[in-house]
Order: sequence, then structure tokens, then C-alpha cells
Amino acid sequence: MAEVLERVTKIVVDRLGVDESEVKLEASFKDDLGADSLDVVELVMELEDEFGMEISDDDAEKIVTVGDAVNYIQSTM
Amino acid sequence: MGFSLEGKTYVVMGVANKRSIAWGIARSLHTAGAKLIFTYAGERLEKSVRELSDTLEGGKSLVIPCDVTSDEDIRKCFEEIKAQAGVIHGIAHCIAFANKEELTGEYMNTTRDGFLLAQNISSYSLTAVAKEAQGLMAEGGSIVTLTYLGGERVVSNYNVMGVAKASLDASVKYLANDLGPKGIRVNSISAGPIRTLSAKGISDFNSVLNVIEEHSPLRKTTTPEEVGDTAVFLFSDMARGITGENIHVDSGYHILSR
Repeated sequence: MAEVLERVTKIVVDRLGVDESEVKLEASFKDDLGADSLDVVELVMELEDEFGMEISDDDAEKIVTVGDAVNYIQSTM
Repeated sequence: MGFSLEGKTYVVMGVANKRSIAWGIARSLHTAGAKLIFTYAGERLEKSVRELSDTLEGGKSLVIPCDVTSDEDIRKCFEEIKAQAGVIHGIAHCIAFANKEELTGEYMNTTRDGFLLAQNISSYSLTAVAKEAQGLMAEGGSIVTLTYLGGERVVSNYNVMGVAKASLDASVKYLANDLGPKGIRVNSISAGPIRTLSAKGISDFNSVLNVIEEHSPLRKTTTPEEVGDTAVFLFSDMARGITGENIHVDSGYHILSR
């Protein structure tokens, strides 16, 4: 859990230019971290690369918060 | 004659991020010794383009805004390029857009606005850019645009973008005929599916990639580097006899009947 969150956090900080302290599990990419729809697609692609997996369109749509991303990744590992 | 583009200047339009095919072309051009000018649309992309262009060794590249839906913007963009660079030797046109909701399901559901938007940004922009840029290619030039198999045949979910690519493909031929006497060549590259930001807008794109990897003659997906190197060939004097042509860089997928 900690390790996945750490890697996700690094990607979110890099992509969205937010402070690490803002990247909480309940933080919404769009509402809290200022991501637009393209940012979200880029994030999903970074996550696919980082964790060597494919995230389907349907699954990607369900990833709204940082916690959603972490849970999704863990469920596939 | 050769692949060296030393002392030549190329305008690369449409870099969005490190995965962009345009960025693959930019890197290949850079490796061949060319000087680069980048254009972008919208502030969101400016930062990304500047960061990427700064990673290229040697001298800062010019980075200029260009909203291809505006004739005025295109005119200003090439005026600035003329003022800063004087002569250019080619353009990589890597620009396309369609509404995401029209890149899924039946083509028939395309709206009039969605149709015109896709045509405007993805197809007409090449013609508008070629018209403004021709005067800057005083030493001859080469324009390369990106198309896709979905413009020749039906590819699921590609829909309105396929129709825009068909119109782009026809524009390549008409522009090649108009500009040939001026020593300017116009060609396209039909790249196999590449995992770019734009491609991710097409419904169920991941499965398209898997099909190419399993069934294309070369049994691998296309990379931006492969497209970039083909673009360098088309930009170079090695391709001096080629215009109005489309080269498939898609691991051979287009020859299959499936």
C-alpha cells in the first residue's frame, strides 16, 4: 500500500505540479488537484507505464480520487 | 544527397507531450542536425512543449503559438517564423481533433458541428498552413502530415476522424500538385496505432494496439521513432522525387485483409 501510494504520489506531483502534501487518498484529481480531462488521460497513461498494466476505458472512468487509483492498482497486482 | 538536415530549419506543429508522434519526429529531425521551431495551441500545451524542447541539446528552439482554426493566427505565426528564422525547409503537421464522444459507436451519429470541427482542425489546417508557409520555403521544401488507415477503410470507433483523414489524404495530393512547381513536396505518413494522448481518446484503444502486435507482419506496434525516421527521409533530399505520396509506417498492418 505504502509503496503504491508513494509511486502514485510521485506521478501526480510530477504531472499536476501540486505539492506532495496535497496528494491525499480522498483528493479528487479534477476537483482538488486541478486536473483537466487531458491531465487525467495523461495520468492514466503514466500509471499504466509505471505499473506495467492496461487500464480499460471503463475502469479509467471510475478513477476519480488518488485512493481510487491506488486501490485499482492494488487490485490488479 | 543524404539524410543530414544540417543547416535546415523545420517547423513541428502538434507536440502535446513526450508520447506525441510530433515529438518523435522532432527528435529524429534533431538527430539529423536540423534546427527546430515548435508551434502549440493553447497555454496548457505551451509549458509541455517548452519543457520538451529544452531537453534537446544545443540552442533554444523557437516556440510559437498557433491556433490552426484561425487564419489570422496562422498568418501571425508564420510572420514571426519569417522574422526569426527567415527561410524554412519543411513542416511536420501533426494536428488533429474530434469530439471524444464521436470516437465511439456508430459514425452515423456524428453531429454537423462535430463533423466540421474534425475537418477544420484535422484537415483544412494543412491547406491553410501550406498556403501561409509556402513563401518561407524559398529554397524548396517538404511538408509531412500524419494520416491513418481509418481514412482509407473503416476502423471501429475512428468514425468522424476517418472521414477527416480521407479529406486530408486528398488535400495532400492537391497541395502536392499546387506546390510542386515551387519545389515544395507534400506527403503523408500513415502511422500504425501509437499510444499517444490523442489515441487514448479513441474508444477501446488498448485493444487496437494488441491486434497490431499479434497480427501485423512485423508483429510489433509502431513507435514514434519509426515515424520520425520516415519523416526525416521524406524531409531529406533522398526523397526528392516523392510527392503526393502516403507511406504506411505500421509494421505492414495495412496489407492484411482482416
